[in-house]
Amino acid sequence: MIEAQNISKSFGNNTVLHDVSFKVAEGESLAIIGRSGTGKSVLLKHLIGLLMPDEGTVRVRGVEINNMPERELLAVRRQFGMLFQGAALFDSMDVAENIAFPLRRAGETDEAEIQQRVSEMLRLVEMPGVETKLLSELSGGMRKRVGLARAIVHRPAIILYDEPTTGLDPVVSDSIDQLILRVRDQFNITSIIITHDMRSARRIGQRIIYLRDGQVYLDATAEEVFNSEDLLVSRFVNGEANLKEGVM
Amino acid sequence: MLLGGEVFRSLFTVRLHWDEFIKQLHFIGWKSQVIVLTTGASTGMVFCAQTFFQFHKMKMDNATLTVVGVAMITELGPVLAGLMVAGRVGAAISAELGTMRVTEQIDALRTMATHPVDYLVVPRFLATVIAMPLLTVLAWGVGIAAAYLLSITVLGLEGSYGLRHLYFYVDTQDVLLGCIKALFFGGIIALVGCYRGLNCGEGAEGVGRATNEAVVQSCIAILVSNFFLTLLLRGILYP
Ligand SMILES: Nc1ncnc2c1ncn2[C@@H]1O[C@H](COP(=O)(O)OP(=O)(O)O)[C@@H](O)[C@H]1O
Ligand SMILES: [Mg+2]
Repeated sequence: MIEAQNISKSFGNNTVLHDVSFKVAEGESLAIIGRSGTGKSVLLKHLIGLLMPDEGTVRVRGVEINNMPERELLAVRRQFGMLFQGAALFDSMDVAENIAFPLRRAGETDEAEIQQRVSEMLRLVEMPGVETKLLSELSGGMRKRVGLARAIVHRPAIILYDEPTTGLDPVVSDSIDQLILRVRDQFNITSIIITHDMRSARRIGQRIIYLRDGQVYLDATAEEVFNSEDLLVSRFVNGEANLKEGVM
Repeated sequence: MLLGGEVFRSLFTVRLHWDEFIKQLHFIGWKSQVIVLTTGASTGMVFCAQTFFQFHKMKMDNATLTVVGVAMITELGPVLAGLMVAGRVGAAISAELGTMRVTEQIDALRTMATHPVDYLVVPRFLATVIAMPLLTVLAWGVGIAAAYLLSITVLGLEGSYGLRHLYFYVDTQDVLLGCIKALFFGGIIALVGCYRGLNCGEGAEGVGRATNEAVVQSCIAILVSNFFLTLLLRGILYP
């Protein structure tokens, strides 16, 4: 469904991604793990054409999207939903307007239908009745939920999550994970999740890619990753710092 | 600038986001009135007083209002309104778009099949371009009215004579020149503000720098282009 081939990306002389390749199949859920600053977000943004690779190609359902002009990309992106690290909700709008935004952009004009879809989504993320709340009234976890509702309201085929549980307490993280699973199973969405939360990765990812220094260090099933004999992988998975490396 | 081209393409090919446009017009046009009124009145009075003091020595008292009027309409009105609006609106635009960029709201727009130029830049551009000439006319009005009041009360000039002179010496071309300048300055303010905001650096520091650059660069662009616009438009409008 999505295929990244030999992607390289530098900002100035900071090489972030180096020759990254992988495929994601229809309906699969893939977790990308790796330390902060290894280029996970950068990689995710390549998959939806927010960033363009210096080298390599990205294909979405067989369509090559790199070097596609922004206006053509807009149409391709309708198949996607994306939950940003900071939720990226529009702070000039209230909750309902935020969630309705993708629907309105897709040309939906029936207000009753929009209202109904919005409250349906809010029920799905277990926040019914907050339509008219302002974003400043929401906690971090609630923002993520609203962001999730906004990302799926137009029934995308693929959803990208950028660290959906980072910065949330364990109980809230857990509920977000549950929601991600619920969304995946209910709509049969292809999911790509970036995380450095190992509990999340284990719960959600059928397959896991370990990104290290801008390269795919390991691409395997969750089972294999968590039982890996490889020192670097098991250290990361178990959250043990190698001080020499950690200090850097 | 590339952004300018993209804005014009969008203007002619994509339907305008009316609600966003009205909101911006309200903020940029309506709410800038106070600052433009104050600037216009203050400049009109000060300029009138200074002109009078100089002209009085040469016994040309009655030319005062004409000079003030022509200067307000062709130069002071559009330039001062432009600088004030650059400070107020240019800063607001770049700070808002910059914050949206830093918090990934711009990326979010793009993932939701929305071009930032269509949704954010075009409404702001149109609103500023429409508001600037109107604000400039406002500056003329209060500037000349303030000068008139000052000259008949404090300076003891003959009011109706001054006004008649003013009307006689101000041509349609002067008014047109002032309006075209204002329109152009509006375009500069919106484009520089949007460009700086959309290309803002990381974090709060990035937003601060973008805002600063937007104001400084649009002010300089206004002052520099004013000189060339004056020369160019004089050539075209006064054959
Ligand atoms: N737009 C950008 N311009 C320049 N450098 C960037 C940009 N986006 C990310 N980077 C750099 O890329 C590296 C990886 O960032 P990121 O993908 O956000 O890491 P993470 O794995 O924590 O998500 C960082 O060093 C960051 O400074
Ligand atoms: Mg990140």
